[in-house]
Amino acid sequence: MKPIIHPMNRRKFLKSSGSVALLIGVSGILPQVVSCTDDKDLHEYLEKHNITSWVRISKDGQVTIYNPAAEMGQGSMTSLPAIFAEEMDADWNLVTVEFSPQESAIYGSDGWGPNGKIMLSAGSRVTSGYYPIMRKAGAQARHILMYSAARHWEVPIEAISTRPGTVIYAEGNKELGFGELIPYLEIPETFPEFGEGELKDPNDYRLVGKDLARTDIPAKINGSAQFAIDVRLPDMLYGILERGALHGARPTLENEAEILTMAGIQKIVPFDYAIGIIGTTLEQTLAARKKLQISWSDAKASGFNSREVFQKYEKIADQPEGGQILVEKGNFKESLRTASKTYRIDFKNDYVYHAQMEPLNAVIQLAEDGRQAEVWVGSQQGFDSKLGIPEALGLEPVKVKINLQYLGGGFGRRSMTDFTTECALLAKQVPGRPLKLIWTREDDVRYGAFRPLSLQRITAAIDSRGKISGFSHLVVGDGGNLVASGIRNEFYEIPNQFAELREESEGIRLKHWRAVGHGPNKFAIECMIDEIALDQGREPVDLRRELMQQSPRALATLEEAVAMADAYGPVPDGRARGMAFLERSGTLSTGICEISVDRATGKIRVHHFWSAVDAGIVIQPDNVKAQMEGGILMGISSVLYERITIENGMVQQSNFHDYQILRMQDIPDSVEISLLDSRELPQGVGESGTPLVACAIANAFAKLTGKRLRHLPFTAERVSEVLQA
Amino acid sequence: MASYNLNINSKSYTVETTEGTSLLWILREHLGLTGTKYGCGIAQCGTCTIHIDGKPSKACMIEIDSLQDTQKITTIEGLSKDGDHPLQQAWVAAQAPQCGYCQSGQIMQAAALLESNPNPDEAEIKEYMNGNLCRCGTYLRIVKAIQLASQNNLAGR
Repeated sequence: MKPIIHPMNRRKFLKSSGSVALLIGVSGILPQVVSCTDDKDLHEYLEKHNITSWVRISKDGQVTIYNPAAEMGQGSMTSLPAIFAEEMDADWNLVTVEFSPQESAIYGSDGWGPNGKIMLSAGSRVTSGYYPIMRKAGAQARHILMYSAARHWEVPIEAISTRPGTVIYAEGNKELGFGELIPYLEIPETFPEFGEGELKDPNDYRLVGKDLARTDIPAKINGSAQFAIDVRLPDMLYGILERGALHGARPTLENEAEILTMAGIQKIVPFDYAIGIIGTTLEQTLAARKKLQISWSDAKASGFNSREVFQKYEKIADQPEGGQILVEKGNFKESLRTASKTYRIDFKNDYVYHAQMEPLNAVIQLAEDGRQAEVWVGSQQGFDSKLGIPEALGLEPVKVKINLQYLGGGFGRRSMTDFTTECALLAKQVPGRPLKLIWTREDDVRYGAFRPLSLQRITAAIDSRGKISGFSHLVVGDGGNLVASGIRNEFYEIPNQFAELREESEGIRLKHWRAVGHGPNKFAIECMIDEIALDQGREPVDLRRELMQQSPRALATLEEAVAMADAYGPVPDGRARGMAFLERSGTLSTGICEISVDRATGKIRVHHFWSAVDAGIVIQPDNVKAQMEGGILMGISSVLYERITIENGMVQQSNFHDYQILRMQDIPDSVEISLLDSRELPQGVGESGTPLVACAIANAFAKLTGKRLRHLPFTAERVSEVLQA
Repeated sequence: MASYNLNINSKSYTVETTEGTSLLWILREHLGLTGTKYGCGIAQCGTCTIHIDGKPSKACMIEIDSLQDTQKITTIEGLSKDGDHPLQQAWVAAQAPQCGYCQSGQIMQAAALLESNPNPDEAEIKEYMNGNLCRCGTYLRIVKAIQLASQNNLAGR
């Protein structure tokens, strides 16, 4: 370890800990300052003194590591602590994991850009954003242990080393477990910088890159894992909102007096877009909701029909005038002018809904004196780790305590704070009593915030040598980056590229949906590559190889995926394979699927899916595979079945009977994932699988039938139409 | 309001509620047996799957008035004493759950399957489990876990 670079005295260290990850232990580290055996006392102490705590050590050697990210199934409850434990040299068998307090100034990551530290579990950024933070914090923890042991044995720190859970002075033949060190713990006056050279060499990792059993799973198989919807508190009231099916419509309640006479109904709370009811029991509150007589105003979405929107979008795409230019590389117009052949194809996609299995909900208790509040919620957090609640309650953020619970799915929906704000406004009406807001599934669907529909117009130019010389991608849709993400082609060597966004708002609520715009945009791009290849008499895989010559990592995923599929032997009769490549959240992946189609019904079946992934350093290989498997299945679900339709501004679907998602009988026989070796920094994988699916299926379908699927989703009805056309 | 007696996980409970209330709200909000989840309320998702006299049932569709106090209700909390049912062990071995919200229902449905058919083939598993949705897409691992539990069970006999 290098000598100290940033001298920092102890007092300053404590006070500036927001910018330094530091370790504090129960009855341990800083024993002269804090000696708490009670977690609550420790938390209060930490809050009072604004000290960062990443870890707690107890006398029996148990190590508790804080996870600063949401756990929505992506495995943060295991992967982030594993990074910390790796550097700390903790004994994983003695590690337990807890959610950190929701304080972004302390536990946030600055991996989201220049806006400071935030806690946001979205965009597949958790691992990449926290990898450097957890490494450094873990290394600091180890340094404190080694420093303390050196002082205790009165030897130089250079003579001290560690093995999992134990500090060693080899020459003196002495060692102490982390827990045994507690009486001797001291914070050093200064700390090493912990630059790359002072952290563990990834080649020496013993936890990172190995499969650890996920720490959250034991509670998820016996019913004890607590989601926010499971929270029950003494004297808890229930809240339900009727929001209608027309986004933005204003309600007028016609029978307030009647509702207030119903059993258990405490209050009616009007919102701009909803009528809220507070009741004593959930069943009473739901019963009252059924009796509401509400007249609704018109809204921006009135008259909007999603089935007809593409005629308008095509006209917008036809306009010579542009919108926002997103990519301008070389001179696309010139490549068109000099082209030997040009292609222009439109691709479309409908709205899709998140369908996370746990409907939105939260529990909030405003103190009787109205001066502080406590919240239980499953949230992907966001730019404000207090979830809009202080504003709704008129409180300082420091007066709002968030207790993060497990998330029953996120997929982008739980990075919105509409439901937490609603719950706060209801709780404000009943100070002193906890209030649980539940969205029914119908609420969750009708008042959803969907992945926007969009039109993708791709124009490509082929030069006299038969190469793709120009590629233009025009998106017409709503929501800015919601429809624009994934529009870039950084891994294909095409000299002239152009991308443009023309926004058109329909007044429908929209939100990030797993992989955001990558789903529709990669669908369009990858289908276009296949269409060009086949028209040029080339194998799609060969064209991609040529385009990837300057991108060896991308090409490696392609070759590996091809090898995986080839290992299954020739394609059986009546089936075909199709491929797609993409980058999402820094991860590169190629996917190949094998499908068949029932020509009588139009039903597509995916038999196999192979994907090769370069995600940089992989923290938990089996978990990365699980994310890819799940992402691919969610992709199959959305591509084959899912569609929200709007008629006269009204959302037409309401529950899983009319919004079908993938069921077990329709899953592939196999999904195989291969992780490529890499020493690059870890990248995000939660969203890499989903957008591979549409293009891989469409390309396989074209091979099988000679027909093109260009409008998502590929419902049996739509596929039949395409087959008969 | 009326009073109802229930036998859940071999324990007797008395609850006060309005007629027509679903068993799901009784389990979750009245009794705190929150391992049984709410997902749709219309028997489309299976997150509320429990056993009534050993048969898999959707708690959201059962009105409390329709239950007899002689009927034995089993929830995920009562499936095994220490969370060590062969399926629960297999679920860990396969690292099946992701968000975990649907998994109680999945395990309860799978437990009923293995009771009636200790050695199901893949198609039988998929057919029997088709009413249980998982948005995270853990289906492949659920199938694997059920096969594993089935093998372990048979091996242990």
